[in-house]
Amino acid sequence: MSLTNAFFAIIRRDLVLALRRRSEIANPLLFFVLVITLFPLGIGAQPQLLSAIAPGIIWVSALLAAMLSLDSLFRSDFDDGSLEQILLSPHPASVLVLGKIIAHWLVTGLPLLIIAPLLAIFLGLPSQSIGILLLTLLLGTPVLSLIGAIGVALTVGLRRGGMILSLLVLPLYVPVLIFASNAVDMAGSGLPIHAQINILIAILLLTLVLAPWPTAAALKMSMS
Amino acid sequence: MTEPSTTLLEGVRLSCMRDDRILFEELDFSLKPGQVLLLEGKNGSGKTSLLRILCGFREPDAGDVRWCGEGISGSQYYADMAYVGHMDGIKKELTVHENLKVSLALSSAGHYSIQQALDKVKLTGYDDALVQSLSAGQKRRLSLARLLITHTIVWILDEPFTSLDKQGIALIESLMVEHCTNGGMIVLTSHHDINLQGVEIQHIPLS
Repeated sequence: MSLTNAFFAIIRRDLVLALRRRSEIANPLLFFVLVITLFPLGIGAQPQLLSAIAPGIIWVSALLAAMLSLDSLFRSDFDDGSLEQILLSPHPASVLVLGKIIAHWLVTGLPLLIIAPLLAIFLGLPSQSIGILLLTLLLGTPVLSLIGAIGVALTVGLRRGGMILSLLVLPLYVPVLIFASNAVDMAGSGLPIHAQINILIAILLLTLVLAPWPTAAALKMSMS
Repeated sequence: MTEPSTTLLEGVRLSCMRDDRILFEELDFSLKPGQVLLLEGKNGSGKTSLLRILCGFREPDAGDVRWCGEGISGSQYYADMAYVGHMDGIKKELTVHENLKVSLALSSAGHYSIQQALDKVKLTGYDDALVQSLSAGQKRRLSLARLLITHTIVWILDEPFTSLDKQGIALIESLMVEHCTNGGMIVLTSHHDINLQGVEIQHIPLS
């Protein structure tokens, strides 16, 4: 019984489950694509304006898509009792929970990353900032899953936790949104963006280390 | 008498309240290897609450649960116990084999291999069947198979006989007897009369 084994078993289990339930992958992705394609229709024929606000549009949509997918992180495990079994494992719950969060990101965050360049071109984002957009998504979306996990863990025991979840989690998402969209924006004008990227890396590392603990503690609380 | 090394599950002056009602108070018990603890009482008398306290999901309002003389927050207790509750704790989108493999990865390997455990609970040949295609009784037997493939001393079972037929009940009873003769212990609630031959049963009436 090694911890690494358990960690990868959880990731594998969640990936297999996601593949068999497809809608879990498709929903956030579809939402992301739909919101972004609606913007040009709403704004009209103003390509300059569109390309100027493209970083913001893409990042806000990614953030909302991540929020939308959060509930699926622990809901089904909570409802069928698998979560009890995970928490009763002799392994530290925080590590197993981190496995679940990573699997969740692979299923809901990574697809956004893959489709983002296409949507960026579609919005007329300058080509030199597409790479930076991908970099910020790569650094930022895991943070959304990690922070969101704390919120879901706190609200999973409530029948109608959706509203509270957004109120809890959205304010914590704001720093990621500000630094990420700002970095993409500035890269478009050819300005240096080291500061923003460094801060995003710092946020990612910090949440990667710190978020699983309160998540595990909150899940235990939700159990009682 | 109480050497630190004895394997022993103890409840010391446990109390539990729910919405200003006292479910139980000053409850003491001690369970040795080979013994079964049967919680009896009406619906809502606190049987499940006591089991959840023993699992560590709930803090008792007073008192302590001790495993081998120590509190149950340490990981040793969780390595030695297994719980089957109201909910089966198995994923219906996974196959029988995949479900058991996950349980095995979360804990340490026990007496039986997955194949032997499936034979034991009469689910031979269901390895690759999705759990959602199983009947309620088969799901129950699958969740009890989890107890066989992992290393456990204490079984905590909440109504283990729900949705099982007569043969199923006899089968689980024989597994329980086998577990106790191998030095295991069981805490359970049940509305059915249980018939465990040669096993010492302690009763705790909750009212």
